Amino acid sequence: MGDYYEKKDLEDFPDIGEYAPELGEKYFAYYGEAMKAGLLTEREKALIALVVATTQRCPYCIDAYTNQCLSLGISREEMMEAQHVGAAMTAGIVLAHTTQMRKIIRKKEM
Amino acid sequence: MVCIVAEPAFAQKVPGLLTAEGIGVLQLNLGYRCNLACRHCHIGAGPERKEIMSAGTMKQVLDVLKSHPIPLVDITGGSPEMHPDLRELIEECIALGRRVLVRTNGVILLEEPYRSLISFYASKGVEVVVSLPHLDPHVTDRQRGEGVFSRVVEVLKRLNAAGYGQEGSGLVLDLAHNPGGAYMPASQASLESSYKRILRERHAIRFDHLFCLTNMPIGRYREYLKKTDNYAEYMAGLVRAFNPATLDNLMCRTTLSVAWDGTLHDCDFNHILGLPVNHGAPDHISGFDMEKLAHRRIVVGDHCYGCTAGGGSSCRGEIT
Repeated sequence: MGDYYEKKDLEDFPDIGEYAPELGEKYFAYYGEAMKAGLLTEREKALIALVVATTQRCPYCIDAYTNQCLSLGISREEMMEAQHVGAAMTAGIVLAHTTQMRKIIRKKEM
Repeated sequence: MVCIVAEPAFAQKVPGLLTAEGIGVLQLNLGYRCNLACRHCHIGAGPERKEIMSAGTMKQVLDVLKSHPIPLVDITGGSPEMHPDLRELIEECIALGRRVLVRTNGVILLEEPYRSLISFYASKGVEVVVSLPHLDPHVTDRQRGEGVFSRVVEVLKRLNAAGYGQEGSGLVLDLAHNPGGAYMPASQASLESSYKRILRERHAIRFDHLFCLTNMPIGRYREYLKKTDNYAEYMAGLVRAFNPATLDNLMCRTTLSVAWDGTLHDCDFNHILGLPVNHGAPDHISGFDMEKLAHRRIVVGDHCYGCTAGGGSSCRGEIT
């Protein structure tokens, strides 16, 4: 994995519009709009982003949003509590999908 | 002088020369003595420090104020309260019709013989800026010393009781936030709204504005960055976040900083780095020349990335 995920790769993020600048621009405009305070505060959005980052296992996003949460004065306890929401949701998603497994078992077993 | 290596050098980022546009603020550093020794302090202030502004230098400062209409006197340290002539200085400035602002760590206002300063400040209409780095007591205590958070809360309550931060009182109470680690502050508006809500809900405290300060990679904070292997990443982050929109509002453009020994600097950071004003402007209060200083060319270094990153930073917080 070492060759694929390097910390300095995060610096490349602003350049992801390379080869498709118009689409890149549109993405960043959308990204900026989605992340700025609206009905939800910047704090709430940063915590959502942090949990998405870990549940989606993106080291770049984990780095960026851990820093963003610290910058916003969000405590370690609040960050960890949010992560438990992600962990509970992830476990729940696994268990909810056992419905498919159980349906098949019920159908296949005599 | 401390050499901070950043790539590219800050001077290359500035289009043309950075120059002052008058002197709206005279910042006075009364000395490095302080009752605390906070981990982020760029000055390295503490109880063991002896540097203090002499009576002669203070007189030179007042002479400058008497003959030049500089509207705001911004008093800092160290802990400015530990200067024996603070009250006299404030009284003279107020008598000259100047706005006076005092930067305090807060907790000293609970100690004798400084407790009576709260009512003194209120009677003179002094604006007070209290340092409160974080709403989490553990983070603030880690940075500034055990028990500091609860003592700052107590001081803020006393300031509120004296009229500070209360609507219509005219007594301004501002707080200063700075990050408790190797990261930059978020937007001032967002942090101010958290501070206002949480301090009101948990402690019934009110204040006017929150100033978000980026930690300068100098002094004790620089040592911390180096020791924890965060220095290179922090500097790279500041360089990446360079925002040209901050250049018009940099505090050095309207502030002149007077060190405890009367040396003149473009800012308190240049003061600590041993970089006095230059380029032909007088570098000591004894040779004050309004014309030359008001249009002086500013001395820059790579630490200037600290004031120009993101939303920018100044003694009054964000600048964009």
